[in-house]
Amino acid sequence: MITRIEVNETNKMIEHENLDVRTITLGISLLDCMSGDLKTLCANIRSKILKEAENLVPTGREIESLYGIPIVNKRISVTPIALVGGAACRCPEDFVEIAKTLDECAKTVHVNFIGGYSALVSKAMTTADENLIRSIPRALALTDRVCSSVNVGSTKTGINMDAVRLMGQMIKEAARETRDRDSLGCAKLVVFCNAPDDNPFMAGAFHGVTEGNSVINVGVSGPGVVKHALEACRDADFEVLCETIKRTAFKITRVGQLVAREASERMGVPFGIVDLSLAPTPAVGDSVADILKEIGLEHPGAPGTTAALALLNDQVKKGGVMASSYVGGLSGAFIPVSEDQGMIEAVEAGALTLEKLEAMTCVCSVGLDMIAIPGSTSAETISGIIADEMALGMINQKTTAVRLIPAEGKEVGDRVEFGGLLGHAPVMAVNSFGCERFVNRKGRIPAPIHSFKN
Amino acid sequence: MQKTIITVVGRDTVGIIAKVCTYLAGNEINILDISQTIVDGFFNMMMITDTSKSSKSITEIRHELHQIGEEIGVSIHTQHEDIFEMMHRI
Repeated sequence: MITRIEVNETNKMIEHENLDVRTITLGISLLDCMSGDLKTLCANIRSKILKEAENLVPTGREIESLYGIPIVNKRISVTPIALVGGAACRCPEDFVEIAKTLDECAKTVHVNFIGGYSALVSKAMTTADENLIRSIPRALALTDRVCSSVNVGSTKTGINMDAVRLMGQMIKEAARETRDRDSLGCAKLVVFCNAPDDNPFMAGAFHGVTEGNSVINVGVSGPGVVKHALEACRDADFEVLCETIKRTAFKITRVGQLVAREASERMGVPFGIVDLSLAPTPAVGDSVADILKEIGLEHPGAPGTTAALALLNDQVKKGGVMASSYVGGLSGAFIPVSEDQGMIEAVEAGALTLEKLEAMTCVCSVGLDMIAIPGSTSAETISGIIADEMALGMINQKTTAVRLIPAEGKEVGDRVEFGGLLGHAPVMAVNSFGCERFVNRKGRIPAPIHSFKN
Repeated sequence: MQKTIITVVGRDTVGIIAKVCTYLAGNEINILDISQTIVDGFFNMMMITDTSKSSKSITEIRHELHQIGEEIGVSIHTQHEDIFEMMHRI
Protein backbone atom coordinates (compact mmCIF):
# COMPACT_ATOMS: atom_id res chain seq x y z
CA MET A 1 0.00 0.00 0.00
CA ILE A 2 1.23 3.49 -0.88
CA THR A 3 2.23 5.53 2.17
CA ARG A 4 1.53 9.14 3.01
CA ILE A 5 5.23 9.96 2.83
CA GLU A 6 5.44 8.65 -0.74
CA VAL A 7 2.34 10.54 -1.80
CA ASN A 8 3.68 13.72 -0.25
CA GLU A 9 7.05 13.26 -1.94
CA THR A 10 5.44 12.97 -5.38
CA ASN A 11 3.15 15.93 -4.84
CA LYS A 12 6.01 18.06 -3.52
CA MET A 13 7.92 17.33 -6.73
CA ILE A 14 4.94 18.43 -8.81
CA GLU A 15 3.96 21.51 -6.78
CA HIS A 16 7.28 22.91 -5.64
CA GLU A 17 10.01 21.43 -7.83
CA ASN A 18 8.48 21.85 -11.31
CA LEU A 19 8.09 18.14 -12.04
CA ASP A 20 6.14 17.81 -15.25
CA VAL A 21 5.93 15.84 -18.43
CA ARG A 22 7.53 18.22 -20.87
CA THR A 23 5.92 16.93 -24.02
CA ILE A 24 3.70 14.31 -25.57
CA THR A 25 4.72 14.27 -29.20
CA LEU A 26 2.61 12.45 -31.76
CA GLY A 27 4.72 11.29 -34.69
CA ILE A 28 2.77 11.03 -37.94
CA SER A 29 4.04 9.51 -41.18
CA LEU A 30 3.17 11.61 -44.22
CA LEU A 31 4.69 9.17 -46.71
CA ASP A 32 1.21 8.10 -47.85
CA CYS A 33 0.27 11.73 -48.60
CA MET A 34 2.71 12.08 -51.50
CA SER A 35 1.46 13.42 -54.79
CA GLY A 36 2.96 15.05 -57.88
CA ASP A 37 0.51 17.91 -57.45
CA LEU A 38 1.20 20.46 -54.72
CA LYS A 39 -2.45 21.25 -53.98
CA THR A 40 -3.36 17.57 -53.66
CA LEU A 41 -0.31 17.00 -51.46
CA CYS A 42 -1.25 19.85 -49.10
CA ALA A 43 -4.86 18.59 -48.93
CA ASN A 44 -3.63 15.06 -48.16
CA ILE A 45 -1.31 16.36 -45.43
CA ARG A 46 -4.11 18.43 -43.90
CA SER A 47 -6.60 15.58 -43.77
CA LYS A 48 -4.06 13.10 -42.40
CA ILE A 49 -2.80 15.36 -39.59
CA LEU A 50 -6.29 16.50 -38.59
CA LYS A 51 -7.49 12.90 -38.45
CA GLU A 52 -4.52 11.48 -36.54
CA ALA A 53 -4.03 14.39 -34.12
CA GLU A 54 -7.65 15.30 -33.47
CA ASN A 55 -7.64 13.82 -29.96
CA LEU A 56 -4.07 14.66 -28.97
CA VAL A 57 -4.68 17.80 -26.92
CA PRO A 58 -7.93 16.59 -25.24
CA THR A 59 -6.23 13.27 -24.36
CA GLY A 60 -3.29 15.14 -22.88
CA ARG A 61 -5.64 17.20 -20.74
CA GLU A 62 -7.49 14.08 -19.52
CA ILE A 63 -4.24 12.47 -18.44
CA GLU A 64 -3.16 15.65 -16.65
CA SER A 65 -6.39 15.56 -14.70
CA LEU A 66 -6.22 11.83 -13.94
CA TYR A 67 -2.75 11.91 -12.39
CA GLY A 68 -2.52 15.54 -11.33
CA ILE A 69 0.67 16.06 -13.32
CA PRO A 70 1.11 18.93 -15.79
CA ILE A 71 1.82 17.95 -19.40
CA VAL A 72 3.34 21.19 -20.62
CA ASN A 73 3.36 20.66 -24.38
CA LYS A 74 1.43 18.59 -26.85
CA ARG A 75 3.19 18.47 -30.20
CA ILE A 76 3.35 16.81 -33.58
CA SER A 77 6.30 15.56 -35.58
CA VAL A 78 6.00 14.54 -39.22
CA THR A 79 8.07 12.75 -41.86
CA PRO A 80 10.88 15.00 -43.16
CA ILE A 81 9.13 17.26 -45.63
CA ALA A 82 11.97 17.10 -48.19
CA LEU A 83 10.93 13.46 -48.76
CA VAL A 84 7.19 14.11 -48.75
CA GLY A 85 7.33 17.14 -51.03
CA GLY A 86 9.99 15.92 -53.46
CA ALA A 87 7.58 15.04 -56.28
CA ALA A 88 5.34 18.11 -55.95
CA CYS A 89 7.78 20.93 -55.23
CA ARG A 90 9.81 22.38 -58.06
CA CYS A 91 11.30 25.33 -56.18
CA PRO A 92 11.80 26.60 -52.61
CA GLU A 93 8.55 28.63 -52.80
CA ASP A 94 6.58 25.41 -53.35
CA PHE A 95 7.94 24.01 -50.09
CA VAL A 96 6.85 27.17 -48.26
CA GLU A 97 3.24 26.24 -49.18
CA ILE A 98 3.67 22.96 -47.29
CA ALA A 99 5.05 24.88 -44.29
CA LYS A 100 1.93 27.05 -44.28
CA THR A 101 -0.26 23.94 -44.41
CA LEU A 102 1.60 22.44 -41.43
CA ASP A 103 1.20 25.70 -39.50
CA GLU A 104 -2.57 25.75 -40.13
CA CYS A 105 -2.87 22.13 -39.01
CA ALA A 106 -0.94 22.86 -35.80
CA LYS A 107 -3.25 25.76 -35.02
CA THR A 108 -6.38 23.73 -35.78
CA VAL A 109 -5.47 20.89 -33.40
CA HIS A 110 -4.02 23.34 -30.83
CA VAL A 111 -0.48 21.99 -30.62
CA ASN A 112 2.17 24.61 -29.95
CA PHE A 113 4.80 23.26 -32.35
CA ILE A 114 4.94 20.95 -35.34
CA GLY A 115 8.36 19.54 -36.25
CA GLY A 116 9.61 17.86 -39.38
CA TYR A 117 10.18 20.67 -41.84
CA SER A 118 13.38 18.78 -42.36
CA ALA A 119 15.90 17.29 -44.73
CA LEU A 120 18.25 14.36 -44.09
CA VAL A 121 21.39 15.13 -46.06
CA SER A 122 24.21 13.55 -44.07
CA LYS A 123 25.91 12.33 -47.25
CA ALA A 124 24.54 14.45 -50.10
CA MET A 125 21.53 16.54 -51.12
CA THR A 126 18.87 15.75 -53.71
CA THR A 127 17.31 18.66 -55.61
CA ALA A 128 14.30 18.43 -53.29
CA ASP A 129 16.55 18.50 -50.20
CA GLU A 130 18.32 21.61 -51.44
CA ASN A 131 15.04 23.33 -52.35
CA LEU A 132 13.64 22.60 -48.90
CA ILE A 133 16.78 23.90 -47.18
CA ARG A 134 16.69 27.08 -49.28
CA SER A 135 13.03 27.57 -48.33
CA ILE A 136 13.64 27.35 -44.55
CA PRO A 137 14.24 31.07 -43.81
CA ARG A 138 11.05 32.11 -45.60
CA ALA A 139 9.03 29.20 -44.18
CA LEU A 140 10.04 30.07 -40.61
CA ALA A 141 9.29 33.76 -41.16
CA LEU A 142 5.81 33.10 -42.55
CA THR A 143 4.72 30.50 -39.98
CA ASP A 144 4.42 30.53 -36.18
CA ARG A 145 4.54 26.91 -35.10
CA VAL A 146 6.63 25.10 -37.70
CA CYS A 147 10.04 23.82 -36.57
CA SER A 148 12.81 22.88 -38.94
CA SER A 149 15.86 20.64 -38.72
CA VAL A 150 18.55 19.45 -41.10
CA ASN A 151 20.78 16.44 -40.49
CA VAL A 152 24.12 17.22 -42.14
CA GLY A 153 26.31 14.42 -40.82
CA SER A 154 26.52 11.02 -39.19
CA THR A 155 29.11 8.58 -37.89
CA LYS A 156 28.24 6.26 -40.79
CA THR A 157 28.40 8.82 -43.61
CA GLY A 158 30.75 11.56 -42.46
CA ILE A 159 29.88 15.25 -42.72
CA ASN A 160 28.26 16.82 -45.78
CA MET A 161 30.26 20.04 -45.88
CA ASP A 162 28.24 21.43 -48.80
CA ALA A 163 25.17 21.26 -46.54
CA VAL A 164 27.13 22.72 -43.61
CA ARG A 165 28.15 25.68 -45.80
CA LEU A 166 24.56 26.15 -47.00
CA MET A 167 23.18 25.98 -43.45
CA GLY A 168 25.52 28.79 -42.34
CA GLN A 169 23.94 30.94 -45.06
CA MET A 170 20.38 29.83 -44.24
CA ILE A 171 20.80 30.60 -40.52
CA LYS A 172 21.96 34.11 -41.45
CA GLU A 173 19.01 34.49 -43.80
CA ALA A 174 16.51 33.19 -41.21
CA ALA A 175 17.90 35.79 -38.79
CA ARG A 176 17.42 38.53 -41.39
CA GLU A 177 13.92 37.40 -42.34
CA THR A 178 12.79 37.58 -38.68
CA ARG A 179 14.90 40.59 -37.57
CA ASP A 180 11.75 42.37 -36.34
CA ARG A 181 11.32 39.54 -33.79
CA ASP A 182 14.92 39.32 -32.49
CA SER A 183 15.70 36.76 -35.24
CA LEU A 184 13.19 34.30 -33.75
CA GLY A 185 13.29 32.14 -36.90
CA CYS A 186 16.68 30.76 -35.85
CA ALA A 187 15.21 29.51 -32.55
CA LYS A 188 13.06 27.12 -34.60
CA LEU A 189 15.94 25.74 -36.70
CA VAL A 190 18.41 23.00 -35.68
CA VAL A 191 21.37 21.49 -37.52
CA PHE A 192 22.08 17.90 -36.48
CA CYS A 193 24.69 15.18 -36.66
CA ASN A 194 23.32 11.67 -35.97
CA ALA A 195 19.74 12.98 -35.61
CA PRO A 196 17.47 10.43 -33.88
CA ASP A 197 14.26 9.32 -35.64
CA ASP A 198 12.17 9.45 -32.46
CA ASN A 199 13.11 12.70 -30.70
CA PRO A 200 10.01 14.24 -29.09
CA PHE A 201 11.66 17.60 -28.30
CA MET A 202 11.49 20.70 -30.47
CA ALA A 203 12.87 22.21 -32.55
CA GLY A 204 14.55 19.00 -33.72
CA ALA A 205 11.63 16.55 -33.68
CA PHE A 206 10.73 14.71 -36.88
CA HIS A 207 9.03 11.39 -37.57
CA GLY A 208 11.84 9.28 -39.02
CA VAL A 209 11.43 7.05 -42.05
CA THR A 210 12.11 4.00 -39.87
CA GLU A 211 8.93 4.73 -37.89
CA GLY A 212 5.42 3.38 -38.44
CA ASN A 213 2.21 5.18 -39.34
CA SER A 214 2.00 7.02 -36.04
CA VAL A 215 3.67 6.85 -32.65
CA ILE A 216 3.55 8.46 -29.21
CA ASN A 217 6.88 9.67 -27.84
CA VAL A 218 7.14 11.36 -24.47
CA GLY A 219 9.77 13.73 -23.14
CA VAL A 220 10.10 13.97 -19.36
CA SER A 221 11.77 16.74 -17.45
CA GLY A 222 12.53 17.60 -13.83
CA PRO A 223 15.82 19.46 -13.30
CA GLY A 224 14.24 21.10 -10.23
CA VAL A 225 13.58 17.69 -8.67
CA VAL A 226 17.19 16.56 -9.16
CA LYS A 227 18.49 19.87 -7.78
CA HIS A 228 16.29 19.57 -4.71
CA ALA A 229 17.35 15.95 -4.07
CA LEU A 230 21.02 17.00 -4.27
CA GLU A 231 20.54 19.73 -1.66
CA ALA A 232 20.29 16.92 0.88
CA CYS A 233 23.74 15.55 -0.03
CA ARG A 234 25.83 18.69 -0.30
CA ASP A 235 28.85 17.24 1.53
CA ALA A 236 28.42 13.66 0.37
CA ASP A 237 30.96 11.71 -1.68
CA PHE A 238 30.56 10.86 -5.37
CA GLU A 239 28.93 7.51 -4.67
CA VAL A 240 26.08 9.11 -2.73
CA LEU A 241 25.86 11.99 -5.24
CA CYS A 242 25.54 9.63 -8.20
CA GLU A 243 23.10 7.30 -6.45
CA THR A 244 20.86 10.25 -5.58
CA ILE A 245 20.76 11.46 -9.21
CA LYS A 246 20.09 7.93 -10.43
CA ARG A 247 17.23 7.31 -8.02
CA THR A 248 15.66 10.65 -8.79
CA ALA A 249 15.96 10.11 -12.55
CA PHE A 250 14.25 6.75 -12.09
CA LYS A 251 11.27 8.35 -10.36
CA ILE A 252 10.94 11.13 -12.92
CA THR A 253 11.10 8.69 -15.82
CA ARG A 254 8.48 6.39 -14.31
CA VAL A 255 5.98 9.24 -14.55
CA GLY A 256 6.91 9.68 -18.23
CA GLN A 257 6.43 5.97 -18.83
CA LEU A 258 3.01 6.06 -17.16
CA VAL A 259 1.87 9.04 -19.22
CA ALA A 260 3.24 7.54 -22.44
CA ARG A 261 1.45 4.23 -21.87
CA GLU A 262 -1.81 5.94 -20.96
CA ALA A 263 -1.68 8.28 -23.97
CA SER A 264 -0.87 5.38 -26.26
CA GLU A 265 -3.84 3.33 -24.98
CA ARG A 266 -6.31 6.20 -25.08
CA MET A 267 -5.36 7.29 -28.59
CA GLY A 268 -4.89 3.79 -29.99
CA VAL A 269 -1.43 4.78 -31.20
CA PRO A 270 1.66 2.65 -30.47
CA PHE A 271 4.01 3.81 -27.72
CA GLY A 272 7.43 4.64 -29.12
CA ILE A 273 9.91 5.85 -26.54
CA VAL A 274 10.42 7.91 -23.43
CA ASP A 275 13.14 10.54 -23.82
CA LEU A 276 15.04 10.83 -20.55
CA SER A 277 16.22 14.37 -21.00
CA LEU A 278 16.51 16.86 -18.15
CA ALA A 279 14.99 19.79 -20.03
CA PRO A 280 15.18 23.19 -18.34
CA THR A 281 12.84 26.14 -18.79
CA PRO A 282 13.49 29.81 -18.05
CA ALA A 283 11.39 29.44 -14.86
CA VAL A 284 13.32 29.82 -11.62
CA GLY A 285 14.00 26.38 -10.09
CA ASP A 286 13.82 24.53 -13.42
CA SER A 287 17.47 24.76 -14.34
CA VAL A 288 20.20 22.27 -15.29
CA ALA A 289 22.76 24.98 -14.43
CA ASP A 290 21.44 24.98 -10.86
CA ILE A 291 22.15 21.23 -10.63
CA LEU A 292 25.74 21.85 -11.71
CA LYS A 293 26.00 24.54 -9.03
CA GLU A 294 24.55 22.15 -6.46
CA ILE A 295 27.19 19.57 -7.46
CA GLY A 296 29.79 22.15 -6.48
CA LEU A 297 30.49 24.74 -9.19
CA GLU A 298 30.26 28.48 -8.63
CA HIS A 299 28.84 28.83 -12.14
CA PRO A 300 28.59 26.50 -15.15
CA GLY A 301 31.74 27.16 -17.15
CA ALA A 302 34.07 26.95 -14.16
CA PRO A 303 36.80 24.27 -14.32
CA GLY A 304 35.14 20.95 -13.47
CA THR A 305 31.97 21.75 -15.44
CA THR A 306 32.53 19.13 -18.14
CA ALA A 307 33.18 16.42 -15.53
CA ALA A 308 30.13 17.41 -13.49
CA LEU A 309 27.94 17.40 -16.60
CA ALA A 310 29.33 14.03 -17.72
CA LEU A 311 28.47 12.55 -14.33
CA LEU A 312 24.99 14.05 -14.37
CA ASN A 313 24.22 12.88 -17.89
CA ASP A 314 25.40 9.34 -17.22
CA GLN A 315 23.47 8.94 -13.97
CA VAL A 316 20.28 10.29 -15.55
CA LYS A 317 20.58 7.60 -18.22
CA LYS A 318 21.37 4.84 -15.73
CA GLY A 319 18.36 5.71 -13.59
CA GLY A 320 16.04 6.33 -16.51
CA VAL A 321 16.81 3.23 -18.55
CA MET A 322 15.38 0.90 -15.92
CA ALA A 323 12.28 3.03 -15.49
CA SER A 324 11.05 2.75 -19.07
CA SER A 325 10.50 -0.19 -21.41
CA TYR A 326 11.77 1.80 -24.42
CA VAL A 327 14.16 4.71 -24.20
CA GLY A 328 15.21 6.90 -27.10
CA GLY A 329 15.31 10.39 -28.50
CA LEU A 330 18.07 12.57 -27.13
CA SER A 331 18.06 11.31 -23.52
CA GLY A 332 20.46 13.21 -21.27
CA ALA A 333 20.79 16.74 -19.95
CA PHE A 334 20.00 19.72 -22.16
CA ILE A 335 22.21 22.78 -21.84
CA PRO A 336 20.44 25.52 -23.78
CA VAL A 337 21.45 29.04 -22.83
CA SER A 338 18.29 31.10 -23.34
CA GLU A 339 16.00 28.45 -21.85
CA ASP A 340 17.88 28.12 -18.55
CA GLN A 341 18.09 31.01 -16.09
CA GLY A 342 21.24 29.60 -14.47
CA MET A 343 23.04 29.41 -17.83
CA ILE A 344 22.03 32.98 -18.64
CA GLU A 345 23.47 34.12 -15.31
CA ALA A 346 26.69 32.20 -15.98
CA VAL A 347 27.12 33.97 -19.33
CA GLU A 348 26.36 37.34 -17.78
CA ALA A 349 28.89 36.68 -15.00
CA GLY A 350 31.54 35.95 -17.65
CA ALA A 351 31.91 32.32 -16.50
CA LEU A 352 30.61 30.61 -19.61
CA THR A 353 31.99 30.98 -23.13
CA LEU A 354 31.06 29.44 -26.47
CA GLU A 355 34.21 27.31 -26.37
CA LYS A 356 33.37 25.88 -22.93
CA LEU A 357 29.83 25.15 -24.10
CA GLU A 358 31.34 23.25 -27.02
CA ALA A 359 33.39 21.13 -24.62
CA MET A 360 30.27 20.47 -22.54
CA THR A 361 28.42 19.20 -25.61
CA CYS A 362 30.90 16.31 -25.85
CA VAL A 363 29.31 14.78 -22.76
CA CYS A 364 25.71 15.96 -22.83
CA SER A 365 22.81 14.97 -24.99
CA VAL A 366 22.47 17.77 -27.50
CA GLY A 367 24.74 20.61 -28.49
CA LEU A 368 25.19 24.34 -28.88
CA ASP A 369 21.62 25.23 -28.11
CA MET A 370 19.77 28.54 -28.11
CA ILE A 371 22.90 30.67 -28.12
CA ALA A 372 22.66 34.25 -29.34
CA ILE A 373 25.74 35.52 -31.20
CA PRO A 374 26.41 38.92 -32.81
CA GLY A 375 24.40 39.68 -35.94
CA SER A 376 27.64 40.63 -37.67
CA THR A 377 28.93 37.01 -37.48
CA SER A 378 29.61 35.78 -41.02
CA ALA A 379 27.87 32.77 -42.60
CA GLU A 380 31.30 31.09 -42.94
CA THR A 381 31.99 31.46 -39.21
CA ILE A 382 28.59 29.93 -38.40
CA SER A 383 29.37 27.06 -40.78
CA GLY A 384 32.74 26.63 -39.03
CA ILE A 385 30.99 26.37 -35.65
CA ILE A 386 28.51 23.87 -37.12
CA ALA A 387 31.35 21.80 -38.62
CA ASP A 388 33.11 21.63 -35.23
CA GLU A 389 29.95 20.50 -33.47
CA MET A 390 29.14 17.93 -36.18
CA ALA A 391 32.68 16.54 -35.86
CA LEU A 392 32.12 15.97 -32.13
CA GLY A 393 28.98 14.00 -32.91
CA MET A 394 30.50 12.04 -35.77
CA ILE A 395 33.63 10.98 -33.90
CA ASN A 396 31.89 10.27 -30.59
CA GLN A 397 28.97 8.39 -32.21
CA LYS A 398 26.43 10.64 -30.52
CA THR A 399 23.82 13.18 -31.49
CA THR A 400 25.03 16.75 -31.60
CA ALA A 401 23.17 19.82 -32.74
CA VAL A 402 23.54 23.54 -33.34
CA ARG A 403 20.82 26.13 -32.75
CA LEU A 404 22.51 29.52 -33.01
CA ILE A 405 20.82 32.90 -33.26
CA PRO A 406 22.95 35.50 -35.05
CA ALA A 407 20.71 38.30 -33.79
CA GLU A 408 20.40 40.99 -36.45
CA GLY A 409 21.62 44.39 -35.26
CA LYS A 410 22.84 43.06 -31.88
CA GLU A 411 26.35 42.94 -30.48
CA VAL A 412 28.05 41.28 -27.49
CA GLY A 413 26.41 42.53 -24.29
CA ASP A 414 22.99 43.07 -25.92
CA ARG A 415 20.05 40.77 -25.18
CA VAL A 416 17.52 38.94 -27.34
CA GLU A 417 14.01 38.26 -26.04
CA PHE A 418 11.88 35.41 -27.37
CA GLY A 419 9.47 35.05 -24.47
CA GLY A 420 7.75 31.91 -23.19
CA LEU A 421 9.63 28.64 -23.18
CA LEU A 422 12.29 30.00 -25.55
CA GLY A 423 13.37 32.60 -22.96
CA HIS A 424 15.94 35.34 -23.43
CA ALA A 425 19.68 35.30 -24.04
CA PRO A 426 22.71 37.55 -23.73
CA VAL A 427 24.62 37.86 -27.01
CA MET A 428 27.86 35.87 -26.67
CA ALA A 429 31.26 36.54 -28.21
CA VAL A 430 32.44 34.43 -31.15
CA ASN A 431 36.08 33.76 -32.08
CA SER A 432 36.72 36.31 -34.82
CA PHE A 433 39.51 34.53 -36.70
CA GLY A 434 38.59 33.37 -40.21
CA CYS A 435 37.75 29.88 -41.51
CA GLU A 436 36.51 30.79 -45.01
CA ARG A 437 39.03 28.71 -46.94
CA PHE A 438 38.16 25.61 -44.88
CA VAL A 439 34.40 26.08 -45.11
CA ASN A 440 34.44 26.85 -48.83
CA ARG A 441 36.04 23.52 -49.78
CA LYS A 442 33.50 21.40 -51.69
CA GLY A 443 32.35 17.87 -50.87
CA ARG A 444 32.23 15.90 -47.64
CA ILE A 445 34.41 14.80 -44.75
CA PRO A 446 34.72 11.00 -44.89
CA ALA A 447 33.23 8.76 -42.21
CA PRO A 448 35.62 8.00 -39.35
CA ILE A 449 37.54 4.74 -39.18
CA HIS A 450 35.49 3.36 -36.28
CA SER A 451 32.31 3.53 -38.36
CA PHE A 452 33.45 0.42 -40.27
CA LYS A 453 32.21 -2.25 -37.94
CA ASN A 454 30.88 -4.74 -40.47
CA MET B 1 -11.90 -1.08 -8.36
CA GLN B 2 -10.45 2.30 -9.28
CA LYS B 3 -8.14 3.44 -6.52
CA THR B 4 -7.92 7.19 -6.21
CA ILE B 5 -5.69 8.98 -3.73
CA ILE B 6 -7.07 12.10 -2.08
CA THR B 7 -4.67 14.31 -0.14
CA VAL B 8 -5.67 17.20 2.07
CA VAL B 9 -3.03 19.64 3.30
CA GLY B 10 -3.50 22.95 5.12
CA ARG B 11 -4.00 24.78 8.40
CA ASP B 12 -6.02 22.68 10.85
CA THR B 13 -9.63 23.66 11.45
CA VAL B 14 -12.86 22.07 12.70
CA GLY B 15 -14.69 19.82 10.26
CA ILE B 16 -12.15 19.13 7.49
CA ILE B 17 -12.66 15.36 7.55
CA ALA B 18 -16.42 15.78 7.96
CA LYS B 19 -16.69 17.99 4.87
CA VAL B 20 -14.57 15.72 2.70
CA CYS B 21 -16.26 12.52 3.90
CA THR B 22 -19.75 13.95 3.40
CA TYR B 23 -18.85 14.72 -0.21
CA LEU B 24 -17.39 11.23 -0.73
CA ALA B 25 -20.45 9.50 0.83
CA GLY B 26 -22.79 11.59 -1.31
CA ASN B 27 -20.96 10.51 -4.45
CA GLU B 28 -20.67 6.75 -3.74
CA ILE B 29 -16.92 6.95 -3.15
CA ASN B 30 -15.75 4.30 -0.70
CA ILE B 31 -12.86 5.04 1.67
CA LEU B 32 -10.41 2.12 1.86
CA ASP B 33 -7.78 3.69 4.10
CA ILE B 34 -7.19 6.94 5.94
CA SER B 35 -3.95 8.23 7.41
CA GLN B 36 -3.86 11.62 9.07
CA THR B 37 -1.50 13.70 11.15
CA ILE B 38 -1.09 17.25 12.45
CA VAL B 39 2.38 18.84 12.59
CA ASP B 40 2.79 22.41 13.90
CA GLY B 41 -0.90 23.15 13.33
CA PHE B 42 -0.79 21.79 9.78
CA PHE B 43 -3.29 19.18 8.84
CA ASN B 44 -2.07 16.42 6.50
CA MET B 45 -4.38 13.63 5.41
CA MET B 46 -4.21 10.94 2.78
CA MET B 47 -7.17 8.80 1.80
CA ILE B 48 -7.16 5.80 -0.47
CA THR B 49 -10.60 5.59 -2.04
CA ASP B 50 -12.46 3.51 -4.59
CA THR B 51 -14.22 5.70 -7.16
CA SER B 52 -15.46 2.91 -9.41
CA LYS B 53 -19.08 3.11 -8.19
CA SER B 54 -19.30 6.89 -8.47
CA SER B 55 -21.30 8.30 -11.37
CA LYS B 56 -18.81 11.17 -11.64
CA SER B 57 -15.53 11.10 -13.55
CA ILE B 58 -12.24 11.63 -11.76
CA THR B 59 -12.00 15.04 -13.45
CA GLU B 60 -15.33 16.12 -11.92
CA ILE B 61 -14.45 14.71 -8.50
CA ARG B 62 -11.09 16.42 -8.64
CA HIS B 63 -12.68 19.74 -9.53
CA GLU B 64 -15.41 19.57 -6.87
CA LEU B 65 -13.04 18.50 -4.09
CA HIS B 66 -10.71 21.33 -5.08
CA GLN B 67 -13.61 23.76 -4.62
CA ILE B 68 -14.47 22.29 -1.20
CA GLY B 69 -10.81 22.75 -0.27
CA GLU B 70 -10.94 26.40 -1.25
CA GLU B 71 -14.07 26.92 0.87
CA ILE B 72 -12.41 25.54 4.02
CA GLY B 73 -8.94 26.91 3.30
CA VAL B 74 -7.04 23.68 2.59
CA SER B 75 -5.49 22.23 -0.54
CA ILE B 76 -7.15 19.02 -1.81
CA HIS B 77 -5.61 16.87 -4.55
CA THR B 78 -7.26 13.94 -6.26
CA GLN B 79 -5.07 11.62 -8.30
CA HIS B 80 -5.21 8.12 -9.75
CA GLU B 81 -3.16 5.73 -7.62
CA ASP B 82 -0.97 4.65 -10.55
CA ILE B 83 1.24 7.76 -10.47
CA PHE B 84 2.40 6.85 -6.97
CA GLU B 85 2.64 3.12 -7.69
CA MET B 86 4.77 3.80 -10.75
CA MET B 87 7.09 6.22 -9.00
CA HIS B 88 7.64 4.35 -5.75
CA ARG B 89 7.30 0.65 -6.66
CA ILE B 90 9.33 -1.38 -9.13
